[in-house]
Amino acid sequence: MFQTVALSGSRGERQLFSEISVTVKPGTLLAVVGANGSGKTSFLRMLCGLLSPDKGAILWQGTDIRQLKELYRAQLTYVGHLNGIKDELTPVENLTISACLDGDESSGGAARKALEAVGLGGPVHRLPTRVLSQGQKRRVALARLWLSTRPLWLLDEPFNSLDSAAISFLTQHLQSHLSRGGMVVVATHQEIALPPDSVQHLRLTR
Amino acid sequence: MSQPSMSEALRGIVQRDLQLAMRHRSDVAMSIFFVVIVASLFPLGVGPESAVLRMIASGVLWVTALLACLLSLGRLFTADFLDGVLEQMLLIPQPLSILVVGKVFAHWVISGLPVVLLSPLLGLQFGLSGESLWVLTLSLLLGTPTLSMIGAIGAALTLGLRGSGLLVALLVLPLFIPVLIFGAGSVTSSLAGIGSEANLSLLGACFLFSLVFAPWATAVALRIALE
Repeated sequence: MFQTVALSGSRGERQLFSEISVTVKPGTLLAVVGANGSGKTSFLRMLCGLLSPDKGAILWQGTDIRQLKELYRAQLTYVGHLNGIKDELTPVENLTISACLDGDESSGGAARKALEAVGLGGPVHRLPTRVLSQGQKRRVALARLWLSTRPLWLLDEPFNSLDSAAISFLTQHLQSHLSRGGMVVVATHQEIALPPDSVQHLRLTR
Repeated sequence: MSQPSMSEALRGIVQRDLQLAMRHRSDVAMSIFFVVIVASLFPLGVGPESAVLRMIASGVLWVTALLACLLSLGRLFTADFLDGVLEQMLLIPQPLSILVVGKVFAHWVISGLPVVLLSPLLGLQFGLSGESLWVLTLSLLLGTPTLSMIGAIGAALTLGLRGSGLLVALLVLPLFIPVLIFGAGSVTSSLAGIGSEANLSLLGACFLFSLVFAPWATAVALRIALE
């Protein structure tokens, strides 16, 4: 179980959110919604441990993530606003190295399978990522989710730049992750086509 | 659930940075050319007087190595910061300081090792004798990784700042001074026949100290830069 307890955050002088207490149970998705600049990305980065909260705590299985450190990081996969891929490397190289660093299966075959699952087949595997479109680059970044065996996924605007086919692949994959008991936190502007009982919303306001 | 071993994570970081360097061969070639050209200009400018050349050799070659390291420091974290790879690196379930060691090692292989390998050849231009060439190479072998480690602290502290190139130089050049003194001093003392052991030992101590302290300091600076 993943919890925030009275979490407050700010950027500079500006208070972004305060006293947010929310629980994400296994098999559920938390959709963080709100206008641009409402603090969705900061909230997600805080959940990762990349930002420190002003007040409050983030608990993983009842323990503060500041105590867990590497143990907590081993439980999460984060796909941020930036794709976190290298333009000079091919999609397969990007995926194999990031899987190696995450401790997931890092063979070329597994990477190619993950890329095919997000609709990037054949010749695209051998091209440097810089020649791909924004949508294809986003798919490469999201293909990490097909290699991830971690229970907690934190996704910042994952549907950005994706076409309807890719949105459908991703939604299905989120559904199967939830059905395995996984947990997902998504910052998004879009409605997610998942069963309503598995989705809860957190609205951030400016 | 999976967690990479420390060696796997280190291998991944080094492999990626070396792969990237191979895709940017011109950048690597540029720092090698820089070293060769700068070191070659001095004999042309000072003249063929071998006693003078021998006297300035250690200082010139060490300052050249130091500037080559400084030139490539900008690339150490900036690209990773801009494309989100650094953010992912901070989330790898291994101590960040270990991953910093991997980045710095790759940086040294790309920018420091070529200088070490070229140093006997460059030393010949200054008329250094066999023993002095050996001391020069050994001092650079100990000193250049130290420069990379110290430089990494500066690169991390100035990450994302405007005019970070100049700021890195201002931050790290004073910290490079002991390495420069012991490195150049080892060659000078070898030429004077005093023996270079003391300087090389101090250079080794600088290396060990920076190996312990610099990755930790760099990791702290990177976390602050990403907050």
